Amino acid sequence: MLIFQGGMPADNASPEFMQQQMGKWMAWIEKLSKAGQYVSGEPLLPGGKLIKGKSKTVTDGPYTEGKELVGGFFIIKAENYDEAVKICDDYPDYDHGGSIQLRQVMKMDM
Amino acid sequence: MTDSRNINQIVDHLFRHESGKMVSVLSRLLGLQNLETAQDIVQDTLLQAMNTWSYNSIPENPSGWLYRVAKNKAIDFLRRQKKFKEITPHYSYLLQSEYTLTSTVNNLFLENEIQDSQLRMMFACSHPAITEESQIALTLKTLCGLNPGEIAKAFLTNEETINKRIYRAKEKIKSEEIELSVPQGKELPQRLDVVLKSLYLLFNEGYNSSHPDLLIRDDLCQEAMRLAYILTTNTTTNFPKTNALLSLMCFQASRLQSRLDDKGNIILLKYQDRSKWYKPLIERGAIYLELASETDDISPYHIEAAIASLHAVAPTFDKTDWRSIYDLYESLYKLQPAPVVALNKAIASAYATSKENALEQLLKIKGLENYYLYHTSVGELYFELQNKKNGKKILRNSFASHHFKTGATAIKR
Repeated sequence: MLIFQGGMPADNASPEFMQQQMGKWMAWIEKLSKAGQYVSGEPLLPGGKLIKGKSKTVTDGPYTEGKELVGGFFIIKAENYDEAVKICDDYPDYDHGGSIQLRQVMKMDM
Repeated sequence: MTDSRNINQIVDHLFRHESGKMVSVLSRLLGLQNLETAQDIVQDTLLQAMNTWSYNSIPENPSGWLYRVAKNKAIDFLRRQKKFKEITPHYSYLLQSEYTLTSTVNNLFLENEIQDSQLRMMFACSHPAITEESQIALTLKTLCGLNPGEIAKAFLTNEETINKRIYRAKEKIKSEEIELSVPQGKELPQRLDVVLKSLYLLFNEGYNSSHPDLLIRDDLCQEAMRLAYILTTNTTTNFPKTNALLSLMCFQASRLQSRLDDKGNIILLKYQDRSKWYKPLIERGAIYLELASETDDISPYHIEAAIASLHAVAPTFDKTDWRSIYDLYESLYKLQPAPVVALNKAIASAYATSKENALEQLLKIKGLENYYLYHTSVGELYFELQNKKNGKKILRNSFASHHFKTGATAIKR
């Protein structure tokens, strides 16, 4: 699972830039799909709440700061960590302050 | 991600153009005084599209998707506001009732209404109370969807300067209470002149051979042509001079690709590969020139378009009809006695009459001491008249007043 953090375009990003950025994302997804490595992905809305403890207090969590914003996630198929890391090479937002968290999903037989 | 629709299926500059349309429509709905809000809504809409489309797929009708989202955001905004009258005087009555709110907003997003909104926005951006440089900056921002960074690049200046120009323009909109409307009656011709001038300058900025980046120049020319085209499709603004301006743009733009070599250096007209000139644009230029000639009221754009047409149809540099071009420059100079016109007239006379005559005319021109092309032209004529000593001195002068990369390379040749 790839979790994308940051790299959201600034408020003053131009329409042209956004369209180009979108193009890079789509090209990346297409490349992964063709290689059979893409499973699914969703964008996340900005914001979100942190639910804590027994009382289930809802607070604004660590998601409030723009830089820590989780933009979305992909679930990908990879043989091993190395292959997964390689997939991340094409992540379009590296140049724009974005980063990726790579986590292995535990398979549960049900 | 089984859908094979990808980015390539979206029209070039879709976001940019739709942004200009949506800002115009929303400003009409919310009132021009809320331009800022309109721009925020559009920005939000595009961000949402970018995020959603990136992960999923591009909707069947991308523009329709954008309009729907922008509409909903605008309706949300209006519902939150209780003071309709202050926000949007024209539509306040219709927006007060839930029943008519949605349909009013929907109607504004119909194709012909979108174009009408863009037209209104063009007049607002080119309001005489706003200075010329601010007019162009505002036009590029609101109608062409360029951000200050991109505009700054186009004008070889910094973002801060552009932000200031846009800020000043917006202040004027407030202080002069400029509204989104197409002027009527007597006011219209004058106001249209300002709009045409602003588009002419926008095109000129793109055509300016001193800009190092071809893509940016292309974009500016295309935007100017797109907006001029809108003016010709609307009966209120479709004057002969509107067609003349568009004709001029078509002719000049047909050479955009052949004016530069692989390294981005300027190729002079004499050395351009004429087979690379873009024929469809030349043909369109001729059509618009034809439409423009249905009048006795000859504007400078008419004459400039006619000159451009003579260049466009000339099979070779030597076979150019320099005599007619020279005569046209004479008429242009009578209409517009500016030193730059005099310079071009003199250059044409070098081919139409004699080099001595041209040099004599050039040396009489006052007011171009800081214009590099003036010194280049004088220097070149001295050279060709075998007066190399003077030529070198003048050319050095030209280098001193000109420091742009591409221009300089062309001069060295």
